[in-house]
Amino acid sequence: VYRATPSPEGDTVRIHVDADKCQGHNRCYSIAPELFDVDDYGNASEIGDGIVPAELQDKARLAASNCPEFAITVEESA
Amino acid sequence: VTGHHPPVVDWATDFDHADPEWAARAPEIWDELRQTCPVAHSERYGGVWLPTRHEDVSAIAYDTEHFTSQSVLVTEGRPFQPAPQGIAPPISSDPPFHHGARRLILPAFSPKEIDKLEPFTRDFCNELLDALEGRDVVDAAKDYAQHIPVMVIAKMLGFPLEDGDIFREFVHGILESVDLPLEDRMNNFVHLDEYLTAQVMDHVDNPRDDLTTYLLEAEMDGEPLNPEHIGGTIVLLLVAGIDTTWSAIGSSLFHLAGNEADRKRLVAEPELLPVAMEELLRAYAPVTMARLVKDDFDFNGCPMKANEWVLLPFPAANRDPEAFERADEVVIDREINRHAAFGLGIHRCAGSNLARMELRVALEVWLERYPEFHLADPDAVTWSGGQVRGPRSLPIAIG
Repeated sequence: VYRATPSPEGDTVRIHVDADKCQGHNRCYSIAPELFDVDDYGNASEIGDGIVPAELQDKARLAASNCPEFAITVEESA
Repeated sequence: VTGHHPPVVDWATDFDHADPEWAARAPEIWDELRQTCPVAHSERYGGVWLPTRHEDVSAIAYDTEHFTSQSVLVTEGRPFQPAPQGIAPPISSDPPFHHGARRLILPAFSPKEIDKLEPFTRDFCNELLDALEGRDVVDAAKDYAQHIPVMVIAKMLGFPLEDGDIFREFVHGILESVDLPLEDRMNNFVHLDEYLTAQVMDHVDNPRDDLTTYLLEAEMDGEPLNPEHIGGTIVLLLVAGIDTTWSAIGSSLFHLAGNEADRKRLVAEPELLPVAMEELLRAYAPVTMARLVKDDFDFNGCPMKANEWVLLPFPAANRDPEAFERADEVVIDREINRHAAFGLGIHRCAGSNLARMELRVALEVWLERYPEFHLADPDAVTWSGGQVRGPRSLPIAIG
């Protein structure tokens, strides 16, 4: 698919960046700076505990699905 | 400058990235090979392999055990600076040396540092367009795109800003003369080396706040960098930063000049530019990297021999229908786009934040000034050969 799927209602969404896979493309940071930060070397990490507010869940999925290194996981639990 | 070899007849068994046909239609060649081959081989250059599927390109990019980066330009010669440092660290370096050499330069290219260069870049793009006022047709490659990355990297390195044309010629010679015998290629390196030595010596005498002084004062594992490391990294920043971004800016303007609907949409919805830019980077990715095979090795049934080249065509990976829907189309608002324009793995382009800033600013400034434009003469558009692909002549009607 080339379009992101809309978010199901009421799920808890948690993001995580795998530091071993991240190579600093900074795609997540440019899509969702509310959710990701990057250090001086370009390595990305989720901000805080990675729990995504409801209004940012679509952005979180979009950031994950644009990572060239498949370094971001989006965990969804009802 | 390319085209010194006999013409290619069979792209699956005798390909040549310096052949004029590659310059004219490389994307179609990759698409044809992907459907039939999908890993081509050529005896030219002492042996070269060419994967065309995303899966194969990424597997080789990630495999630093069987492949070395000590030279990343497929030429008649072989590297004259050994691993793990290589001729232009860190692009030419292998682990574990690579890690430290890369960490030295990454902070200068972090998003937050690059943001500081945006006003300078925007002013310069406006100056370039000011100089074109009153003309009906401009060459968007030669009159606009090519000057932007040269000026920004000169500023970062602390080189005289008016010297842009000098080192752009050297870089161009190095990247587009890959099929010349090594001794003929060396002329470009000699001129570049003389120029860089003078610049470095000036920084030794007059240290200042720029990347050249930073490299002269930097330490790795508690030791200053050796002169080959300093010189090689400066060469890398020049070579990697100039033709590549010039190509990305030119290709994007080429696309918008030839696709009225996409151009009008971007003018009407400037907030779409970040998404559109990633799609243009996917579809027109300029850079094909390369590796050397370390030891004889069977890669998915391909009997690779030690010291053979492997081209890594990231733009071909970006057009693989197994990895992207509607891979051969530009979908200007494509939302899901894991493109590999800046490479994959540990050698991800260290300047990607800089390249994106330059591309975005160059397009914003152009679209604000010239929302209406089209190809003045589609047959007059020419493309570069070798490993960096982009328009080298691009007449656009702006009047």
